[in-house]
Amino acid sequence: MAEPIKIDKEALSFRDEVLNTPGGEHLLRCFACGTCTASCPVREVDENYNPRRIIRMTLLGMRDEVLRSDFIWHCSTCYTCSERCPQGVHLTSIMRALKNIAVREGIIPEAYRMQAKSIRAMGKIYEIEDFDNKKRARLGLPELEKKCPDLEAIIAQGELKDLK
Amino acid sequence: MKPYTLFLGCTIPVRAQNYEISTRKVASALGLEFIHIPNFTCCGYPISSLNEMTAEAMAARNLALAEKEGADICAICTACTGVLTEVGKKLAEDEKARAEINKRLKPVGLEYKGTVKVKHFARILHEEVGLKKIAKAVTRQLKGLRIAPHYGCHYLKPHEIYEGFDSPEDPRTIDDIIAATGAESVSYMNKTRCCGGALLAVDENLALKISKEKLDQLKALNVDAIGLVCPFCSVMYESNQKKIETTFETSYNLPVLYLPQILGLAMGMDAKDLGFNMNRVKANAALQKAGINA
Ligand code: SF4
Ligand code: SF4
Repeated sequence: MAEPIKIDKEALSFRDEVLNTPGGEHLLRCFACGTCTASCPVREVDENYNPRRIIRMTLLGMRDEVLRSDFIWHCSTCYTCSERCPQGVHLTSIMRALKNIAVREGIIPEAYRMQAKSIRAMGKIYEIEDFDNKKRARLGLPELEKKCPDLEAIIAQGELKDLK
Repeated sequence: MKPYTLFLGCTIPVRAQNYEISTRKVASALGLEFIHIPNFTCCGYPISSLNEMTAEAMAARNLALAEKEGADICAICTACTGVLTEVGKKLAEDEKARAEINKRLKPVGLEYKGTVKVKHFARILHEEVGLKKIAKAVTRQLKGLRIAPHYGCHYLKPHEIYEGFDSPEDPRTIDDIIAATGAESVSYMNKTRCCGGALLAVDENLALKISKEKLDQLKALNVDAIGLVCPFCSVMYESNQKKIETTFETSYNLPVLYLPQILGLAMGMDAKDLGFNMNRVKANAALQKAGINA
């Protein structure tokens, strides 16, 4: 059987961590009504996915379980829950805050790592090759810069500087 | 109408040129001019899941480039619209946040003052060009065509950043534009349902299941096409339609059209000039129904 959940100092510090991460400010307003879960398109096709549960686990300080869970990466950022929450909890933003914290802990899905790598190197997810510009010219579309060096400079000075 | 900078993002310039071509053609015919900025980058959306501040700096860089041109941004991807609008609003209102972001823009020689407004093309069509002018430009009524509008989450939500230009629960701007072409804009349940696109790279099966729901519903309603305003929604409903059909042993053969493609047809433009040959699910039958040869 599962152990009782202890709400100790450590547990409360996770709450504070989320509250202090941009987007996590309204966490404590949640009164667990479940409107978010009932509205969620991901929940509709995967009954294990449950945004209300993620909020409860966060409030109970279950830091490891939340940050290591795939679920935080399964939010499609559709904002339906945020729009419908009667308490004005910006759940989509809380999900984002949780993902940001997981990344600080070095937890990051491979797909996101690859995207970040491309963006850092080229400025975009997909490379603009000579071939693309030629095709664009044929279609009467203007040429685009192939690589943008600015993004290396912007990313290298920020929180993701070690993500390579 | 004042000119806008056209923001293309990552996907459109290499994978959805039919969207870009039709947008440019329709805009130009309606008197909307675009300024070309060749070094716009990714809007920041994919990075926001990893680190919000870095994503904001990326968005701010794009906003600063438009500001230098003295023009607002017209975006045609809904995720780009969402991120650029949200960051633009925050940086316009919050001086401290702006100073913080500008520190990160300094090494690339830019500064953002907070003056750029961001709008999706469909919103500009509805709000600035206006339905009257659109209706006047329609020379070929698409009578008989039944088109299901798909809005895309970030076109409408979070509503706080969009100044009430449309309703997040019962939207109508895209319906209005479809109706202006003479086609029927088909109303259906879960019109505002997410396409699942954000999950495609993380959990493909989950993403496909979400898209499948809407395709099933639209098949039952027997519509001629989906009309949408985001390259990612199109990736889900069109590029992945075959995969959904084989994975779940079903079939749709449902054309997925970009709103400017629909509008362009109604304005008398040729299908080939609107990039219809690049649509994977061929719309020939639908076009014929409206009396147009593909
Ligand atoms: S809808 Fe809001 S208040 Fe209700 S459970 Fe979800 S987050 Fe909590
Ligand atoms: S934003 Fe995420 S959690 Fe909320 S309804 Fe959409 S997919 Fe579900």
